[in-house]
Amino acid sequence: MRQTRRRAAGATAIAMAMTVALAGCGGGTQPGESPATGGGSGAGGGAASAWILTGGGWPVTAESFARWNKENPDQQISVEEFENDAYKEKIRTSVGSGQAPTLIMNWTGGTLASYVKNDQVVDITDQTKDLVDRVMPSVAQNGQIDGATYAVPMNDVQPVILFYNKELFDQADIEVPTTWDETLKAVDAFKAEGIIPFSLAGASVWPELMWIQYLTDRIGGPEVFQAVLDGEPDAWSDPAVTEALTKIQELVDAGAFGDAYGSVDAGASADAALVHTGRAAMLLQGSWLYATFHNDAPEFAQSSLGFTTFPEIEGGAGDPANIVGNPANFWSISSAADESAQKTALAYVNEYVYDDTQIKAMLDAGSVPPVAGLEDQIGQSEDAEYLSFAYGMVNDAPHFQLSWDQALPADQAQELLTNLSQIFLGQIEPQEFVDNMNATL
Amino acid sequence: MSATQRTGAATRRTGPPFWMAVPALAFFGLFALVPLIGVVVLSFMSWDGLGTPAWAGLDSWRATLADPVTRQAMWLTAVFVVGSFLIQAPVSLLLGVFMAGRHRYRALLSVLYFLPLLFSSAAIGITFKALLDPNFGLSRAFGTQLLARNWLGSPDLALYTVMFVVGWAFIPFHSLLYQAGVRQIPAALYEAATLDGAGRVKQFFYVTLPQLRYTIVTSSTLMLVGSLTYFDLVFVLTAGGPGNATRILPLDMYLRGFRSYEMGQASAIAVILVAVGLTLSLVLNRVSGAGRMESQQAGL
Repeated sequence: MRQTRRRAAGATAIAMAMTVALAGCGGGTQPGESPATGGGSGAGGGAASAWILTGGGWPVTAESFARWNKENPDQQISVEEFENDAYKEKIRTSVGSGQAPTLIMNWTGGTLASYVKNDQVVDITDQTKDLVDRVMPSVAQNGQIDGATYAVPMNDVQPVILFYNKELFDQADIEVPTTWDETLKAVDAFKAEGIIPFSLAGASVWPELMWIQYLTDRIGGPEVFQAVLDGEPDAWSDPAVTEALTKIQELVDAGAFGDAYGSVDAGASADAALVHTGRAAMLLQGSWLYATFHNDAPEFAQSSLGFTTFPEIEGGAGDPANIVGNPANFWSISSAADESAQKTALAYVNEYVYDDTQIKAMLDAGSVPPVAGLEDQIGQSEDAEYLSFAYGMVNDAPHFQLSWDQALPADQAQELLTNLSQIFLGQIEPQEFVDNMNATL
Repeated sequence: MSATQRTGAATRRTGPPFWMAVPALAFFGLFALVPLIGVVVLSFMSWDGLGTPAWAGLDSWRATLADPVTRQAMWLTAVFVVGSFLIQAPVSLLLGVFMAGRHRYRALLSVLYFLPLLFSSAAIGITFKALLDPNFGLSRAFGTQLLARNWLGSPDLALYTVMFVVGWAFIPFHSLLYQAGVRQIPAALYEAATLDGAGRVKQFFYVTLPQLRYTIVTSSTLMLVGSLTYFDLVFVLTAGGPGNATRILPLDMYLRGFRSYEMGQASAIAVILVAVGLTLSLVLNRVSGAGRMESQQAGL
């Protein structure tokens, strides 16, 4: 234990040196420091802290903390909000330097594995058993490493869905594609109408992942990427990956994404805007976009927003019911936090994550809790059609693939994003992608 | 170090005593030298930001220098530095000279020209990103096909678009330097030139330009070293994309450090940047002879 702490101190010094050196180049904004991290506040003994994100379904989480703080005045949890990308960068340095908030939000995968390897999060198998039992197993298992729970889901399931504009399908007089052949026909039909077939936020790169994830899964099944995760040599050489990449380049060449997708930014929801302004017909994106459509274009969302699953690929080995996306966001508990803070955090997680109030709030906000047996409650909700669709999609999925950039260690994930963007731009051939990615294994 | 020597030096020196520099030197040491040494040490280590840094010898350096991404980043940085200089230097010089004149309409124009100075890089980045958006930006507002280019999304255009926006943001600052420089030039020199029959163009080349020598050195140093380490606006505009088309060295350093979490490689690039930046500014100073800093004022 002592050794870990000394190591952490050394890392802190170097991290600080790095931060100062890099920030000196005029780096972006620095989010404010947390007032109560690592038990710094001392008084009362029980104060804890949590960092959450902005936008999407996060106001519901913020609400639940407000509720906790009101009912537990002696065990306050201080909450800070960050924008997605800023959070990802800040949390890692904070964890690495022993300055993390008590509750560490993560996407599991490679990052959680690193936290566990370095003893930075606590084993909470026994304390969270009841909560984990209520959650869909395909979601909960993401927080487990070698049979022990290090993270528990804390918000909605986020499968990747094919959104579409019903009016444009009527205008082009075609059906929503369910197979790859139909997809290619739809591309031609929309191009003839002067409509972008698929909106794609190429400037953000990560939405491009959704394409390779679904295509690889449909063509080769989940085993293909599992081999990559297991670090098997030449795992990227699987023919399914090459075929997926080839299909992507065929789509690009056919003009499926228009000619300016490189300028479309998901951070500003420009990809959704193309769909609800009637300039693009379809959009492959995370389920969180449903809320965005409702906020940005309520009328469109009411009357013309359609949603379906990713098309089947004829002859593919993967089950067409498989989904990709983010099973949920997860809470882990920082081992650097003092014991009373950890206790507060655990009590919050067990009592407030997916309690009745929270589940109702989530359904009202149009997001799906990964809790089993909600069919009736969802049927009565305002967005019953969409919520039932998403809930059923997750519940029935034989396999739920965590987004590749989250599943992989950070250095491999970054390499993947760069190479994938070059595939979309036509700067490299599938074989180069495979070679480059094999070199990271 | 003997006492006599020291008194001897003290009598000759006219400036404030040495101890007054101690706070500044202490801060410089703490916030510049210590992190710099930390970065140099880190460049010989392997560290993912979470675990314990482990000694890696020359591995990070080898990996960084052998990586085609870094080599391309070096080339892009060179293009970016030279390109930015070629855009910014002439425009700022001409604008500065123009604005140094004392007419009311020039004062008004100056205010307009200096506006970009007031905006933060992030605001400029977000605004230009919106304006240049081929789907929703200027092209849509005015319905012109000319503007509907994939400015920031095409690998062929992105770097030049970024250079333009960076120029837009920095030209006002350099014009301000030149304006101040021109106003320092004694009017007597121009009167003499006029008497000798020199026109406006000749006055510019034979009086203004030579007199602005040190301003040009200062401004060029800031421009070159500045664009060598320039980060924020490029990050907001493209984050190095599309592909690696705008991944200049500072961005490469950032992406390696805070996206790939290869702190060793990021530190190696940081060291390279420090070395190149220092060399560049030293060479500029030496070549221009600004180190001597003799007075240009008439009669002094």
